Amino acid sequence: MAEVRLHQVNKIYQGRTPSPKAWWEFWKSSSTPSQVHIVKNAELKIKDGEFVVLVGPSGCGKSTTLRMIAGLEEATSGEIVIGDRVVNNVSPKERDIAMVFQSYALYPHMTVFENMAFGLRLRNLPNHEIEKAVKQASELLGLDKLLQRKPKELSGGQRQRVAMGRAIVRKPQVYLMDEPLSNLDAKLRVQMRAELQKMHRRLGVTTVYVTHDQVEAMTLGDRIVIMKDGIIQQADSPLNLYERPANLYVAGFIGTPSMNFIPVTLQDGELVASGFRLQLPEDRRAEVGNHNGKALVLGLRPTDLSDSPSALSMQASVEVIEPLGSENYLYCSVGKDMVAARVDGRSTVRAGDTVTLGFKAEQFHLFDAESELAISHSRGGKSEGA
Amino acid sequence: MVSPAVLGLLLFVLAPFALSFLISFTDLSLGSPHPMHWVGTLQYERLFHDPALARALANNLRFALVVVPLQTALALALAVLLHRPGWRLAGLYRAIFFAPVVFPMSLVAVIWRYLYAPGLQGPANRLLSWLSLGHWQARDFLHDPEWALGALMALSVWQGVGLQMVILLGGLQQIPSDLYEAAALDGAGPLQRFRRVTLPMLRNTLIFTALMTSILAFRVFDQVQILTHGGPAGATSTLMFELVRSAFERLQMGRACALTVLFVLIVLLLTGLQRLALRQRAL
Repeated sequence: MAEVRLHQVNKIYQGRTPSPKAWWEFWKSSSTPSQVHIVKNAELKIKDGEFVVLVGPSGCGKSTTLRMIAGLEEATSGEIVIGDRVVNNVSPKERDIAMVFQSYALYPHMTVFENMAFGLRLRNLPNHEIEKAVKQASELLGLDKLLQRKPKELSGGQRQRVAMGRAIVRKPQVYLMDEPLSNLDAKLRVQMRAELQKMHRRLGVTTVYVTHDQVEAMTLGDRIVIMKDGIIQQADSPLNLYERPANLYVAGFIGTPSMNFIPVTLQDGELVASGFRLQLPEDRRAEVGNHNGKALVLGLRPTDLSDSPSALSMQASVEVIEPLGSENYLYCSVGKDMVAARVDGRSTVRAGDTVTLGFKAEQFHLFDAESELAISHSRGGKSEGA
Repeated sequence: MVSPAVLGLLLFVLAPFALSFLISFTDLSLGSPHPMHWVGTLQYERLFHDPALARALANNLRFALVVVPLQTALALALAVLLHRPGWRLAGLYRAIFFAPVVFPMSLVAVIWRYLYAPGLQGPANRLLSWLSLGHWQARDFLHDPEWALGALMALSVWQGVGLQMVILLGGLQQIPSDLYEAAALDGAGPLQRFRRVTLPMLRNTLIFTALMTSILAFRVFDQVQILTHGGPAGATSTLMFELVRSAFERLQMGRACALTVLFVLIVLLLTGLQRLALRQRAL
């Protein structure tokens, strides 16, 4: 087991985009070099035994980061450390890692047993040890009755398990998983998520996990790294990400339905929005002191809003109601802005009604509209700091 | 009722074959004043004792045994070398290696007749002389009983390797790249990846190309007709050459049709072997 460190890691693809040319000039290399900066100055320290999830929209560089740790892509600059070794120039097979691919990448011509044993055979382990290791892993994953089958004779979930098993038998320092559950149906995904957690608790191996699904990230990760446009936005525990998002992107990414953003301006201790004015509570004024007169964004989680007046409240007209049984989501307009709120399932509010949405003085976030960085967080948090 | 495809098959494939099958039991001879007789299996009995045919079949077999493995290995090597996604010159090289496939055999034969020219003036002789530091004795490849068949084999490999390469390249492109990545992480070096991933994944394509080349090896005709005419002394005679000679030089249609039936049987046998190989361990 080992820790993994990324230090100022960059990945730049040198591409060539062919430019239009006449057919008789086909022999001229008339393509223009182009650069894609896919990972920018990544700085990350993954502790020994930690389960870290890289999450973000497609193209954000999360898979590339994982593949650089695996050695399948070369880092353009920066340092990648596994354990106490800089591995930039170490081949994938020497890095002592195992990877689970989105497509599983099982060898179709080998049985389940051979698939799992392949890596061990290449390391010239004696047969009885290989058999023991495969047996152990297959029992852990419930594959012991399928060992003689070929991948095409397995269901999606079983294939996924074989891919896991292939990683487990190697007893590597680090597991790397690239969207391993995204080819499963929703029900199986939830089940495998729980099994992954169980497995990680049992084996305690450092794991780096890539997904685009924020629920998967929140439920699996000890720590979550949110990436966007090749830049790490925030790396923190699920709770801290939820309660202390570093910027607008993280705030909107974590939580369903996502946080309401209402543009406001700060005028002498008062937040002025298109549909309401709020007196800032005393304890928040210090944090926003030097932003007087500036454009800010007020962040309110739908779950922190209720349809009863509270310390702070605003008038809203209900436009759409989404009943979910235990609770209803109201989508209302407040001035020029749209606000979602969660109310009790037995609420009798109907579309077209005007309601008073209230929230507690400590339950809102403020962001700088220009830099998009957080200025002030809600006070509901059980944990302070990172 | 009957779909056009089936009709076409009946008209252009099955009917002619059925006709050949019938004629193979007669002594039909074009240009002969004698009327045609049913002779039963006489043509087949004669073929069975015909030393010229035995010689031709032995040549075909030798041809297959040399050309199939050689051409397959060469095509595989070329395909692996040229399978470089993103390599700008790959297309050019592919076109170069594929070019002989589209050349007409008569043109190819003319080029190679020049290459095989006797005496040290012939390019092939000169090359071998240079490679052996002058120890090579110039030969007349196409008229030397020991060398004529080998000369035809070399030319055939050169002409056929491109098509096989293109088919194998198609097979290589079907192999998902993450299999190679998984194998690399599992600890497989380039050679092991080739042996444990490329070869098994390419198995069915390889069986197909080997079958195709085998059938072609039993069909060799153009090179023989143009360059050696079966000679010297039957050293390069083949089944197809015998067949054409029977039909169009000696006008013995009965015998030619019996040879046709024999050829079809050989092709069926080879195809059967392929099906067996594919079924044995289908992916």
